[in-house]
Amino acid sequence: MTQYVVLSAILFSIGSIGVLTRRNAIVVFMCVELMLNACNLALVAFAKQHGNLDGQVAAFFVMVVAAAEVVVGLAIIMTIFRTRRSASVDDASLLKY
Amino acid sequence: MAFWILAPVMVAAALGILFVRKAVHAALLLAVVMISLAILYAVLEAPFLFAVQIIVYTGAILMLFLFVLMLVGVDASDSVVETIPGQRVMATVGGVLLGAVLLLGIGQVTLGTVVGLQDANAGGNVQQLANILFSRYVFAFETTSALLITAALGAMVLAHRERLTPKVGQAEAARQRMRDYAESGKPLGPLPSPGVFARHNAVDTPALLPDGTAAESSVSRVLVARGTVRSAPALADDIDQVQRQLGYSPPPLVDEEAQQPSRNPVGKQGAPATTEEDR
Repeated sequence: MTQYVVLSAILFSIGSIGVLTRRNAIVVFMCVELMLNACNLALVAFAKQHGNLDGQVAAFFVMVVAAAEVVVGLAIIMTIFRTRRSASVDDASLLKY
Repeated sequence: MAFWILAPVMVAAALGILFVRKAVHAALLLAVVMISLAILYAVLEAPFLFAVQIIVYTGAILMLFLFVLMLVGVDASDSVVETIPGQRVMATVGGVLLGAVLLLGIGQVTLGTVVGLQDANAGGNVQQLANILFSRYVFAFETTSALLITAALGAMVLAHRERLTPKVGQAEAARQRMRDYAESGKPLGPLPSPGVFARHNAVDTPALLPDGTAAESSVSRVLVARGTVRSAPALADDIDQVQRQLGYSPPPLVDEEAQQPSRNPVGKQGAPATTEEDR
């Protein structure tokens, strides 16, 4: 079971690096999804480890929340794109000045 | 076994998301990771999550990503300019350190023997999940419905755009057409369709007007700009060649012009209409 948790940790770190380095808001969002998926893998692996379905239920809730989050997030990205003609996170620095 | 095949694929695809320039490629690599995860769920005795992962994640969420990518523009690639100097290096170092800490933490733990889900899944994984979901987690489950409705409403509000100009209806469109006709003589009806001949019938062949000239407006402007429009008389050569191959000798021609079809570019006036097909 350890190998699943290790894979989950690796995917989570890769996702976090992606969130911090990529500039395209949509790709940043994809990396967030990658991190959520990595957590799900750990949850499902622990569910099997402990012989208990609570982990799977938690993973299910994560999926639902992720779906809701993606819907709102992509709508926000669309709105920003419509006003600024760019999906880059650097361009949405209106509050900075 | 499935794990050792899929784990390298997943890590490679996830690393690919960091390095590919185009967002569409990142989305496809994410699809690889998600489908591999679904298979791992099946291996981990979670058939319900396997189905949900494929339906919700790869089916719905990723398609949503692709929709938005198409709306935003497929070639919207990353800028390589760093707004904060050294941010990329620092972020990479931080991420690697996070991974190292996580892996060290996992290395410290011994997980013991795997209990397995044979008992918990007795009577079916979906049934047992439903048992837990609708008893212990029923409040969270109901809250989820509120969350989903809020998300749907929020997305609709965010994606809604107020119309700045009044909508052009059928009546306004017809009036505008009549006005154009009165002012500039723009034809009222649809444009003529491209040429239809006995042997050749294609959008790149112009229709012929009753006086034998090619109708300029019957071929798409795009094709004219590309220079791929064929003139109807030019096909006469083709027919000659076919006849030679067949060993067929045509009856003597009365009209001299038909034997030497001019090869005027189409779109220009005066391409002679006398083709072999007319006889």
